[in-house]
Amino acid sequence: MNKNIILAGVGGQGILTLAAVIDHAAMQSGLQIKQAEVHGMSQRGGAVQSHLRISDQNIYSDLIPLGKADLIVSLEPLEALRYLPYLSENGVIITATEPVKNIPDYPEEADILNKIKSSGHKYLLVDAGKIARLAGNPKTENVVMVGVLSDFVGIEKAQFEKSLKEMFSAKGEKIVALNLKAFNLGYEHAQQ
Amino acid sequence: MNKELVLGAEAIAVAAIDEGISGVYAYPGTPSTEITEYIQKSPDARKNNVHSTWSTNEKTAYEAALGMSYAGKRSLVCMKHVGLNVAADAFINSAITGVNGGLVVVVADDPSMHSSQNEQDTRFYGKFAYLPLFEPSNQQGTYDCVRFAFNFSEQVKLPVLLRITTRLSHSRAAVERKAQTSQNMLNPETDKKKWILLPAIARQRYAGLLNKQDDLVAFSEKSPYNFVVNGKGKKGIIAFGIAYNYVMEIIQEFALEIPVLKISQYPLPKQLIKTFHDQYDTILVAEEGYPVYEELLRGYFDNQKISGRLDGTLPRTGELSPDIIAKALGVKIPQKQQEAEVPGRPPRLCDGCSHRDLFEALNAALSENESKHVFSDIGCYTLGALPPYNAINTCVDMGASVTMAKGAADAGLRPAVAVIGDSTFTHSGITGLLDAVNDHSPVTIIISDNDTTAMTGGQDSAGTGKFFKICNGIGVEEEHIRSIVPLKKNLEENVRILKEEFAYNGVSVILANRECVQTAARKKRKSKNNE
Repeated sequence: MNKNIILAGVGGQGILTLAAVIDHAAMQSGLQIKQAEVHGMSQRGGAVQSHLRISDQNIYSDLIPLGKADLIVSLEPLEALRYLPYLSENGVIITATEPVKNIPDYPEEADILNKIKSSGHKYLLVDAGKIARLAGNPKTENVVMVGVLSDFVGIEKAQFEKSLKEMFSAKGEKIVALNLKAFNLGYEHAQQ
Repeated sequence: MNKELVLGAEAIAVAAIDEGISGVYAYPGTPSTEITEYIQKSPDARKNNVHSTWSTNEKTAYEAALGMSYAGKRSLVCMKHVGLNVAADAFINSAITGVNGGLVVVVADDPSMHSSQNEQDTRFYGKFAYLPLFEPSNQQGTYDCVRFAFNFSEQVKLPVLLRITTRLSHSRAAVERKAQTSQNMLNPETDKKKWILLPAIARQRYAGLLNKQDDLVAFSEKSPYNFVVNGKGKKGIIAFGIAYNYVMEIIQEFALEIPVLKISQYPLPKQLIKTFHDQYDTILVAEEGYPVYEELLRGYFDNQKISGRLDGTLPRTGELSPDIIAKALGVKIPQKQQEAEVPGRPPRLCDGCSHRDLFEALNAALSENESKHVFSDIGCYTLGALPPYNAINTCVDMGASVTMAKGAADAGLRPAVAVIGDSTFTHSGITGLLDAVNDHSPVTIIISDNDTTAMTGGQDSAGTGKFFKICNGIGVEEEHIRSIVPLKKNLEENVRILKEEFAYNGVSVILANRECVQTAARKKRKSKNNE
């Protein structure tokens, strides 16, 4: 078992929480993890990414080699395109479709989606914002994406739910229920 | 299972707590900040009364850590690479005094300059000070190294350096903790000859430090952190620190069977290196940072066996990666032809940030001036260099805005304006302001005070609530310490005040105070969660 995942987004979107849930679930499943993230200056509204590697064997590099990622999971469509050179030949792109337009030269949304569709990779476009609002809070977008990707990483769905419960328990039952709902709606979306 | 998923930086913190430190001293700086933050939040550290509040700068941090060591207890001091420049006076001299309680100096380098002004390599400082240095490559190794380093420091009676880089500092993996050691008892140093660096004593101490060097090399020869991974063929790799990860990744991926000598403890184990070197026809030297040891091994007469950053086999600058190592070893990872023409998304000032309103006012106040030179400094407000503001002309080192404005004013530049953050001002700006006061230099120093050390994630700032008193106390006239609140609705008034002080032929300070929007939002969330 060996999964290389690039998590992408814009600073402030909650990539580190997204990564933390996968980390927790992988660790509880007895797997090895390495997860490199971005702190400091780039976090201020810039492009951020995290290299997440899960394996049942020793992992040496904190960085995924080019062409070796199994998955790109992005919270923003333009950011999904940024890391394409990392994707392996059979790699999959999963991206939320709502754009974050904080740069003057942001391309046409249709062009971005076309580039994803014509990349030759399997892809999954997710209106995570809509699903998050359906779950009850637009801020659960990242947890919706955990639900979407959970089926692709080789960790049991029940383990993800357990991890979410543990991680959010300090914030009270309501928050746990909200996140579980967001997760499950994401999961169901991926099943369709 | 006593495993914790932690950042490399946090692995240092966990190890230091487990090894019985009595205090950590630090000024925030990417990529070192998370070490101290972890200790501040640790219940274990709180229970054991471990000191962990922030220091005003790296020099005060270093000296406090040295004082704790003098008192017989173990201390940790952490900083980013350029922070060691600030602490260098204390650092170099502490190699001459030596230590009493164990002292571990963590320096986090930032190759590729993700959040820095240069990519200097702390291993140079290790050589410079004649001190032992550890350079672990993974999170568990970091934990083990730190625990080892405290004991080693007490054994050799020297401060011990631990060098990490951004990638290790900011990458998570599981770390297994081992049994905790209790803190040292208070046991202050009684040997005055050790600590009073009068020339006659310093000469003896320095000779003693040089005499220890052979022993330090002998320790490196036997170190568990320096070892050979066997292989076949005529080519060998010497991999230093985190470069080992990338080398092993590619060797494993492509089943290359190239022998590797891993180095994580310095000074270099000379015999181990020589034996390895003599066995192979060519040696790739993979170092994260400057080609410090490639240069040494290559030598003045250019040893042709050696390849690395100096002959173009590896890039001369920047962080290494598995891809760079793969290329150097002549292997290619199959890839789809990908076109990735994606517009950049650089960092930016947050929406609603007080610096935005300040730069808007500053640009308006300077709009009629022919000469528009704004000396600035290191912090979020350095982003004022980018559009739409393009508001600053310099960013060199902590505190330089104040002193460069003073020097430019001495040269005749009018107006000479500086923009400095609150935390940077207390770090290194106060002494420069005193220079300006003593010379009656015509400068306008704007302290953009957002009540926090924002760039590194919102740590406490040493001068919060004290800026008027500090400036007035060192001699800035009360009527030329002006307070403004950088908000859109105050734009007109703020522009007027700035213009008035630009026109003043002496030292003015503008206190531009409004809380960081990130800190404010965090506080709000916290109070909501506590309801």
